[in-house]
Amino acid sequence: MSEILRVETLKKSYDGFLAVNGVSFSVAKGELKALIGPNGAGKSTCFNMLMGQLKPTEGEVFFEGERITGHKPRDIWRRGVGRTFQITGTYQSMTVIENVQMALMSHHRKIFSFGSRAWKLYREEAFEFLETVSMQDQADRPCSILAYGDLKRLELAIALCHRPRLLLMDEPTAGMAPSARVELMQLVADIVRDQGVSVLFTEHDMDVVFAHSHHIMVLNRGELIADGDATAVRNNPQVQEVYLGGGTLFKEESHA
Amino acid sequence: MLSVERIHSYYGKAHILNDLSFEVRRGEVVALLGRNGAGKSTTMKSVMQLVRPKQGQVVFQGENLIGQPAFRVAKDGIGYVPEDRRIFTDLTVIENLEVGRQPRRQDAPHWTVEQLFEIFPNLSERRANRGKHMSGGEQQMLTIARTLMGNPSLLLLDEPSEGIAPVIVEQMAATILKLKAEGLTVMISEQNLHFARAVADRAIIIEGGEKKFDGSFKELEAHPEIRDAYLSV
Amino acid sequence: MAFLFAQFLTGLANAAALFLVASGLSLIFGVTRIVNFAHGSFYMLGAFIGIYLMEILPGAVGFWGAILLTGIAVGLIGAFVEMVVLRPIYRAPELFQLVATFGVILVIQDLALMIWGAEDRLGPRAPGLRGVWRIFGEPVPKYDIILIAITPFILFALWYLITKTRLGVLVRAATQDREMVGALGVNQAWLFTGVFALGSALAGWGGALQLPKGGADLLMDFNIIGAVFVVVVIGGMGSLPGAFIASVLISVLNVFGVTYLPQSTLVLMFVVMAVVLIIRPYGLLGREEVAGEHGQVGAPETPIRPYGPMGQALIAALLLGLALLPLFVDQFMLILTIDMVIFALFAASLHFILGSGGLVSFGHAAFFGGGAYAAALLVFHTDTPMELAFLFAPLAAGLLALGIGWFCIRLTGVYFAMLTLAFSQLVWSLAFQWRAVTRGDDGLVNIWPSEWLSGTETYYYFALILGVGGILFLRHVIHSPFGYALRAGRDSPRQAEATGIDVKRVQFVAFALAGAMAGLAGGIFVFAKGSVFPTELEIAKSFDALIVVFLGGVKTLAGGVVGAGFMTVVEDWLTRLEYWRLLLGLVIIAVVIVMPEGIVGTLRTLWRRIRNTDEETV
Repeated sequence: MSEILRVETLKKSYDGFLAVNGVSFSVAKGELKALIGPNGAGKSTCFNMLMGQLKPTEGEVFFEGERITGHKPRDIWRRGVGRTFQITGTYQSMTVIENVQMALMSHHRKIFSFGSRAWKLYREEAFEFLETVSMQDQADRPCSILAYGDLKRLELAIALCHRPRLLLMDEPTAGMAPSARVELMQLVADIVRDQGVSVLFTEHDMDVVFAHSHHIMVLNRGELIADGDATAVRNNPQVQEVYLGGGTLFKEESHA
Repeated sequence: MLSVERIHSYYGKAHILNDLSFEVRRGEVVALLGRNGAGKSTTMKSVMQLVRPKQGQVVFQGENLIGQPAFRVAKDGIGYVPEDRRIFTDLTVIENLEVGRQPRRQDAPHWTVEQLFEIFPNLSERRANRGKHMSGGEQQMLTIARTLMGNPSLLLLDEPSEGIAPVIVEQMAATILKLKAEGLTVMISEQNLHFARAVADRAIIIEGGEKKFDGSFKELEAHPEIRDAYLSV
Repeated sequence: MAFLFAQFLTGLANAAALFLVASGLSLIFGVTRIVNFAHGSFYMLGAFIGIYLMEILPGAVGFWGAILLTGIAVGLIGAFVEMVVLRPIYRAPELFQLVATFGVILVIQDLALMIWGAEDRLGPRAPGLRGVWRIFGEPVPKYDIILIAITPFILFALWYLITKTRLGVLVRAATQDREMVGALGVNQAWLFTGVFALGSALAGWGGALQLPKGGADLLMDFNIIGAVFVVVVIGGMGSLPGAFIASVLISVLNVFGVTYLPQSTLVLMFVVMAVVLIIRPYGLLGREEVAGEHGQVGAPETPIRPYGPMGQALIAALLLGLALLPLFVDQFMLILTIDMVIFALFAASLHFILGSGGLVSFGHAAFFGGGAYAAALLVFHTDTPMELAFLFAPLAAGLLALGIGWFCIRLTGVYFAMLTLAFSQLVWSLAFQWRAVTRGDDGLVNIWPSEWLSGTETYYYFALILGVGGILFLRHVIHSPFGYALRAGRDSPRQAEATGIDVKRVQFVAFALAGAMAGLAGGIFVFAKGSVFPTELEIAKSFDALIVVFLGGVKTLAGGVVGAGFMTVVEDWLTRLEYWRLLLGLVIIAVVIVMPEGIVGTLRTLWRRIRNTDEETV
């Protein structure tokens, strides 16, 4: 498998505090990879640097072999990287389908168009994306009244609009009920399989992580302490110590 | 100690709690279980009067709380730890604790900053740090400590294990049991059944804002169909 | 050299009052998240009450006692305002609170007029400090030296209060999360009242302390508020040391400006601000305001839809009515309707960036007046034909908006609002002080339309076509992909950026477009009136537009237009009364508290409730 994303010795410091300290890894084409670690380990910082929301202090990020370090989020998006957020970012004043249409308008570079009526543009195309995430029945509902899980799916549809080759998902299932978590991750897994998209995601729910990811990376205090498949990571003593715990409380939970 | 009687709460137009009643007895740890969106946080907020129930009563130590401002509820002895933590990130650990400080109360354990630092040693190390550079686990500890500074007799913990590394969740369980031993009454809301079982004496399950189960964990285990129907673990 | 030093000392002394007012504003904003426009009014009250108390309390003890009492009195007035006006609306969106404080300004203005009359008053000299001390041979008023000596103590006292006391800890905690502070057992209602009273008292002290150097007049409130906003923006919102440094900087510069560049004293301040903001967008000691931090969102907006057959019929009927109006009414009504159309376009242009873009501009008058002035200057100085000069109005206003937008769009929330206000004050001060070109407050007169447009009826149609055309154009843009992108950038800037939308550029273009449309309104205005004065650029004019948008309803597309109609009629009726500001202020405050969705929004909600009561229960 060839790699789609490569990260080299990424560092980020905030007034002397090293949030991310020399992280290197890569994501292969068609791979579903998880980035886990305790709160404050630097996961979100890492993600924000990949997507251009933060400038790294040191290090480089390559997407499909091209350097994207420090590029603006919208440039990175145009190159084919999609993103979903831990706290959903949807347009509350629009309907569900208009949310998707908005992303399509941006993809087709229609932002500075004044002539046409926006709600007529790319409606069919948007509908197809809603079908991918099974949201077609809610297409014309106002976004502001959606249930939380539906918002997450809508956000996924938005992120798929420009047919990204890499999808970055920051805690995609946070705040969802366990059954909905499984459903959403199954959907993501299907998309990875059917469309050949690569996915890098952060997650706290170990069930989700161990059940769905091909590879798992563990971040602790800004450093990568493990990178491998589920068994290797689960049995890594350092990971157990800093993250998974002794398992006294959660014996039954590691059934995945 | 706390008796919630047939409350109906709304969030905007959405009817979140529907005729919900339950009791919390002095000295016990009660777990409020249910799926996301079942109404757990709204229940907590309805007790605190951060969400105002349109019908029903919330009686705490013989006094009806309905219509009281939240600060009055806190002064009456209910400590509230919200699910999204909400520490004051611009304030130091010490200053965060200062915000929570309230006078000693007759019927509740009394806490000083030094006692709390014994229970939460991590906080002691970081006493002069500002909240924003703390990890999620440390922030969670700080919110609990901050609430304890108010010397509550009843502690409401909203999803204390959400978003916390498993190793910290274990510490949290130990802490809650320690608080119980000190004589504090605790109500936690949880999605994590294992965590709830480790700390609580009794489980209340809600779904769609209605109570579906109220009993011990033994009884709950005897009815796996309830667990499967409402907890989806 | 000695002269320069003496000048510097005068500047330092002037900084005292400015710092007091600015720190009060900063403090109130920090905790309540309200930009208290009425802060200048508290300063004015401080001056008037100070004079009154100094007259009845004799001697040096009386003088300083009067200053002390003044602050307490103004603090109590502040507490009253907070409890009656602001307490019911803390949960409302920010704009409501702003509009409410503007209502307070109007009420206080008229109350001051009623009690103290319209005459300017000189402040009494401080007993025992009437003379000068010689410093390096230069005379420096004794009172100035005393002020310079006092100021650091005030700074220290405030700093101590905020960083070292329990009250300060609570204040800072409430700045971040008021609800949580309440849930921890702190009576936040009283905390807010207390902070508001303290902030008001600071403004009152500022007003009283400056008395021996100045006096009291009814324009003090607006005159200081521009300077205070500049200070707060330069120093950084919420930073006391920042406010102190900026007060000194502005005051010292002002003194030197008066000596060396007397024609540009007002402009200088804004130039300094612009320079600081280019280097440090959030002020010298300020921090970035995180958008959405305040957690004050109103009810979610419903998706926009084109009007159905019913709505279209209504609009068609309205337009037809307007077109046939000259057949039925007299000249006076036509002129009033022209005013209404101008105002509606002006308000619609503000509504465009405010409603769809979420950009709360406090300085929209700069573009209205800017357009009017651009056309008038061409006619006045170069005898340009009216048609050409008229075209220049939207063009110049659009260019002005590009220039101002370049600075402002980088900022968000309160910083954006304050900066737009400060820039509009810059434009105003240019019109006011650059007499050679603008004739200052004599205004530019005899700016009439060409022969073929000079009849009232003809001009009515001209205004109607352009005004309605402008409004329909803005409406069209709101429904276009650009308008959607603008709303996307407001709803979730993060998502918009992450899906390829250059949010700042979209906002920049929208800002320029809104500016151009306001300029068009200004152009129609100037040829309708035949003259233009600096008042068209004043803060009050910007606020008029804000109030209109608010009255109509921010979340309804027709809001600006309906509000403008309502306001023109009400003002026409009210201004015939002596104390119309008082009444208008009370009306505004009442509307804020009673009809928080605005006129259109409230009517719509009512209509829905009447039509289908069953759907209410979900």
